[in-house]
Amino acid sequence: MNAPRDGGAVRGAGPVDTGRRWFLQSSAAAGGLMLAFHVPGLAAEAPGTPPEVNAWVVIQPDETVIIRIARSEMGQGTLTGLAQLVAEELDCDWARVKTEYPTPGQNLARKRVWGSFSTGGSRGVRESHDYMRKGGASARLMLMQAAADSWKVPVSEVTASQGQVRHAASGRVGSYGQLAALAAAQTPPADVPLKDPKDWKIAGKPFKRLDTRAKLDGSQVYGMDLRLPGMLSAAIKDCPVFGGKLKSFDAAAITSRPGVKQVVPVGDSAVAVVADTWWRAKTALDALPIVWEEGPNAKLDSQQMADMLKAGLAAPEAAVGQRQGDVEAAMAGAARKIEAVYSYPHQNHATMETMNATARWTAERCEVWTPTQNGEAALAAAAEAAGLPPAQCEVYKLHLGGGFGRRGAVHDWVRQAVTIARAMPGTPVKLIWSREEDMLHGRYHPITQCKMTAGLDAKGQLQALHMRISGQSILADLFPQNIKNGLDPVVFQGLNQGGTEGAFGYAVPHLLIDHAMRNPPVPPGFWRGVNLNQNAIYVESFIDEIAHATRKDPLALRRELLAQSPKHLAVLNAVAEKAGWGKPAPKGHYRGLAQIMGFGSYVAACAEVSVAKDGTLKIHKIVAATDPGHAVNPQQIQAQVEGSFVYGLSAALFGEITLKDGRVQQDNFHTYPVVKMEHMPQVESIVMPSGGFWGGVGEPTIAVAAPAVLNAVFAATGQRIRELPLSKHQLKPKVA
Amino acid sequence: MAQLQVNGKTVEVDADGDTPLLWALREQLGLTGTKYGCGLAQCGACTVHLNGEAVRSCVRPLSTVAPTDRITTIEGLSPDASHPVQKAWATLDVPQCGFCQSGMIMAAAALLKDKPKPTDADIDTAMTNICRCGTYNRVRAAIHLAAGQVNRKAIAIRLLDPNGSEA
Repeated sequence: MNAPRDGGAVRGAGPVDTGRRWFLQSSAAAGGLMLAFHVPGLAAEAPGTPPEVNAWVVIQPDETVIIRIARSEMGQGTLTGLAQLVAEELDCDWARVKTEYPTPGQNLARKRVWGSFSTGGSRGVRESHDYMRKGGASARLMLMQAAADSWKVPVSEVTASQGQVRHAASGRVGSYGQLAALAAAQTPPADVPLKDPKDWKIAGKPFKRLDTRAKLDGSQVYGMDLRLPGMLSAAIKDCPVFGGKLKSFDAAAITSRPGVKQVVPVGDSAVAVVADTWWRAKTALDALPIVWEEGPNAKLDSQQMADMLKAGLAAPEAAVGQRQGDVEAAMAGAARKIEAVYSYPHQNHATMETMNATARWTAERCEVWTPTQNGEAALAAAAEAAGLPPAQCEVYKLHLGGGFGRRGAVHDWVRQAVTIARAMPGTPVKLIWSREEDMLHGRYHPITQCKMTAGLDAKGQLQALHMRISGQSILADLFPQNIKNGLDPVVFQGLNQGGTEGAFGYAVPHLLIDHAMRNPPVPPGFWRGVNLNQNAIYVESFIDEIAHATRKDPLALRRELLAQSPKHLAVLNAVAEKAGWGKPAPKGHYRGLAQIMGFGSYVAACAEVSVAKDGTLKIHKIVAATDPGHAVNPQQIQAQVEGSFVYGLSAALFGEITLKDGRVQQDNFHTYPVVKMEHMPQVESIVMPSGGFWGGVGEPTIAVAAPAVLNAVFAATGQRIRELPLSKHQLKPKVA
Repeated sequence: MAQLQVNGKTVEVDADGDTPLLWALREQLGLTGTKYGCGLAQCGACTVHLNGEAVRSCVRPLSTVAPTDRITTIEGLSPDASHPVQKAWATLDVPQCGFCQSGMIMAAAALLKDKPKPTDADIDTAMTNICRCGTYNRVRAAIHLAAGQVNRKAIAIRLLDPNGSEA
């Protein structure tokens, strides 16, 4: 148990701790400007590195505590939050904590000791809190046992705190750094009790992130920034029509350009140019004559897809997500019916850092350096493209310049990079997608339409609700094995009878929620918030429509229908109270509400907007509430909530991917605008953990951004916007 | 070969004249703190200072940069992240993924040089950089903090330093 195992190799692979691993070094060639990197995967391990206490914890003689994190940091703060959970149970000194990534190859070799690497679905904390806290607690118990053994006292007489073990009776004190090697030799305890969250001192506190410093001076190395000795760079173009192929290209036209090394066909649909710099590769690629075989989707456009989905709204066959009572009979007997049809367009993730990977391939080994939300999936993709067993491959995770779901399930760019590297054995090749390539070859937020029908009794009470969703299934494309009897469970996020992926809080006596799957040939993907996004728009807009149609206050109607869902109700009440619902808004300002449960958490928002005479919409303020069960780092939750509004409002205000002649029409930020500083509302965030469960925070709030604003827009204009983005509509303020 | 003045040093760059300054910085000089985001001057991730003014280096060919032009990148803004903007960013823990933050910081530093006490409207006009993670409100607060227009305690973000003291 006391051997270093492969912990040393693991430490060599982690680019997380920038202060320790990346350093400035002068270089004559660049006049003292060259950044020299410690390159993960290339460096020899420093001698004398201490053994790990366990897979999660390494303590160095200088008292530095290294906590290993398997999930990827992409801005959401998971490195810090997960480290807080381990450090809490370890009872170490937080000021001494650093983090590092184990590699997917190490995880494979050690029988997945670090569990899942998948970083998506707001799962970082909610799915690894238990085993990571136990990792910290187990290490603390081993340190205490080591101290007790060396002092020859019963372990029950020693205590641990702040990185030290103490024996009060004898006054002896041992630091974790001194005890680490002895602790590593201990047998891990079988029973590892965890602290009651009310006793937390590190977890639950608004500590600053561990990874901020390197993001202030340019020293943080993202995938795109990697430099390896002898490295070449590649630019790529995939067929701009989905499902099309590469027919031919004229390499001779560009091979004499400066710096160009090789032109490489990639799979059957793409071609890459490899050059000494990316700029030369990119400009040579732009000059490369390419003929595409556009295939069956050459004439596909957005109207065809909309028609296809529209047919699904009335289709007799649909997979049932939830059924209560007898909707058909209740509708037939309803005194009044209300109906509305909504739609949600395709969206691109548009991460700030475009897709990229660096690969080095030989007949014996393949290594890939890449920003990924799932190192293990990246390893599988690399091995497949390399034609090698996974044990002969390795992936070194680099920092992500945004993920949002694009870098998780599909590693198309990794396959491409490895394929290109195979054409140049032994040479590391860095593939970077241009922004245009990134926009044209996304994994797009699925499109859906939704028909909502409400049946009211003579008193205007909601008796029946039918929600028919028609549209794309992500699972059908990516994980068809998870489709059961034609039902994609992910489609019903926020609409379930119960469970962590979103319980539909409203009590309606007769309820039917079903999905007519319609899959147009545009590759779908998990886009931050996934299907909760449009489901919340459909439900929360329609509840607002019912309230106005029945002359009820939107808050009062929600309270009525949520009476048996106390957690849904609590976040709603919190925003209503803080926003001053029911009290006069500033002149010309109007409010809108929304709530939903998803990714294990309960969220609500109240937006306050105004619409000027010329139709200009201004979102002044959003009050948001989140109940994630346990709040591991409140300031990071605040940051995630604000970020969720940026992501959700970007889609609601501007975001739409359309197709014409089989091609995505939005190829950069001038045609796919996003929220900027000038659009950003003031955000007041209420973090209200009620305990007893673990919810995610990276995604749920996105879903309430759009409906809260849409309901406020209705209040301001009387216009019910059922088709996004808002920028397509000319708003007119109500005549006062 | 082009001669440039970068972060106070004169350097030779082996790149064609139509190469954008961004790619010369990143690929010839290894200054990768300046980022590629769009290539069309839309997102601002590539923002550097040219003679003290914020410019988008992705659309600035080397042929338009004179040997006497002073170029400052994020790596040269201060020797130890001590520029008031960087300090305010640290105080409020602004970055999330961080990819856009070099450009944000360079744009904010240029703004404060031009307008030491910027209004919110000034910030809206000058800070057109794109951040997909959504740090805008902390960016705005940090600019006002760096400008000395607001007291740290008046900013409603509670943060703790690693030693547990209020930041």
